[in-house]
Amino acid sequence: MADERKTGFEPKIVAFFCNWCTYLAADLAGTARMKHAPNARVIRVMCSGRVDPQFVLEAFAKGADGVLIGGCHPGDCHYQEGNYKALRRYNLLKRMLKDMGIEEERFRLEWISASEAERLKWAVDDMVEKLKALGPLNLAVPSEDFAEGVSVA
Amino acid sequence: MSDKPKVAFYWCASCGGCEEAVVDLAEKILDVVAAVDIVFWPVALDFKRKDVEAMEDGSILATFVNGAIRTTEQEEMVELLRRKSQLLIAFGSCSHLGGIPGLANLWDRRSVFETVYVESPSTENPDRVFPETEHKEDGYSVTLPGFFNTVRTLDQVVDTDYYIPGCAPTPKIIWQAVETLLSGELPPKGTVLAPDYALCEECPRKDTKPETLALTEFKRPHEVVIEEDKCLLAQGLLCMGPATRAGCEALCIKGNMPCTGCFGPTSRVKDQGAKFLAAITSMIDSNDEAKIARIVERIPDPVGTFYRYSLPASLLRRKKLETT
Repeated sequence: MADERKTGFEPKIVAFFCNWCTYLAADLAGTARMKHAPNARVIRVMCSGRVDPQFVLEAFAKGADGVLIGGCHPGDCHYQEGNYKALRRYNLLKRMLKDMGIEEERFRLEWISASEAERLKWAVDDMVEKLKALGPLNLAVPSEDFAEGVSVA
Repeated sequence: MSDKPKVAFYWCASCGGCEEAVVDLAEKILDVVAAVDIVFWPVALDFKRKDVEAMEDGSILATFVNGAIRTTEQEEMVELLRRKSQLLIAFGSCSHLGGIPGLANLWDRRSVFETVYVESPSTENPDRVFPETEHKEDGYSVTLPGFFNTVRTLDQVVDTDYYIPGCAPTPKIIWQAVETLLSGELPPKGTVLAPDYALCEECPRKDTKPETLALTEFKRPHEVVIEEDKCLLAQGLLCMGPATRAGCEALCIKGNMPCTGCFGPTSRVKDQGAKFLAAITSMIDSNDEAKIARIVERIPDPVGTFYRYSLPASLLRRKKLETT
């Protein structure tokens, strides 16, 4: 890390993991004593299709540097097609986030089955690495913006 | 002056449509004037800021503010009116949610000024002269209000009691709100004075909305001949009805145009745009990643479409500010 600002920066990731697959993969990674980056705060949901775009926006608004959604592989959804709904939302939400100045690497959807602890480790580690390269999101609307009369561009 | 309740109107970053909406009450405006004294209304009556400053705190029963907060002057005026008023009511989309001026939150002061004072085709400004908050010449000083980077809703600046939604609010919604406020039986603070269910509920095309909407293409109004009696979503048009509060009686839809969401979300929704995004993407009839991508590409401006009236009130509030 050449950039001083980024040295020692530990990204905060909010991770929404499906109860039937990715959450179990995370559990497996734990019982197998695999080591992976500790940056993800995992929230268990019953299906990746349960992840309301509001959850993602709220995570970013409240200080997350990245949001990771983990769902079942296509065709494997416990509820037939919840993961496809997640995929459709993800696609458009990612584009919208980009328009709002949030880089693509900060929002990620991964298919990770219950047995793929190795893939979970890779997904988390890889995301942390990319977020470290990007630096903090610093999304908060600065309040000093409003404090005084404003000088011109 | 009589002892009728005192009422004030003020405008901030707005188009004037909300002032028109008040006049749109037509002969009912006479009932309003009979019931209240209008003590401040810059667009129609010649009272000045100093007249408001001279009033006792809390002496105005209700002040209706339309427009978003964009400048320091607007901020000062709503702070002043908040002190003088028992009830402060956000009137119209801009004041309620940020409105169309709120889309400027995709830019900032620098880029807005650059466009307006340098780049616009009809502008010639080789010396790059920009408005300044203070300018001195020959020992005199003139001032202008400061221009914020971020457009805010009324309740992001001062405590707000009620909201009257709409761009602009319809006469019926305004009249019902006035009746409610004059009745003395006030709803809980923070209430949006309109029904709390989605527009689809009162849509005349409701019965033609299929049980399951499955779309393979999104269309824009100018690209199709819109059928007049069929659900607009079923025709592939981005109608914001499912994510928008009712109360307008489906005015746009009766004009054969899709809802653009001006009444804002219902009380259980935090972010109107996110909810609409979730609704329409769920309707996409494909499980193929590449095809899904092709279908959503047909929406040219997701932020401007889903947050047309509500960007400052959304969870993210604005595009990330470039820090220098």
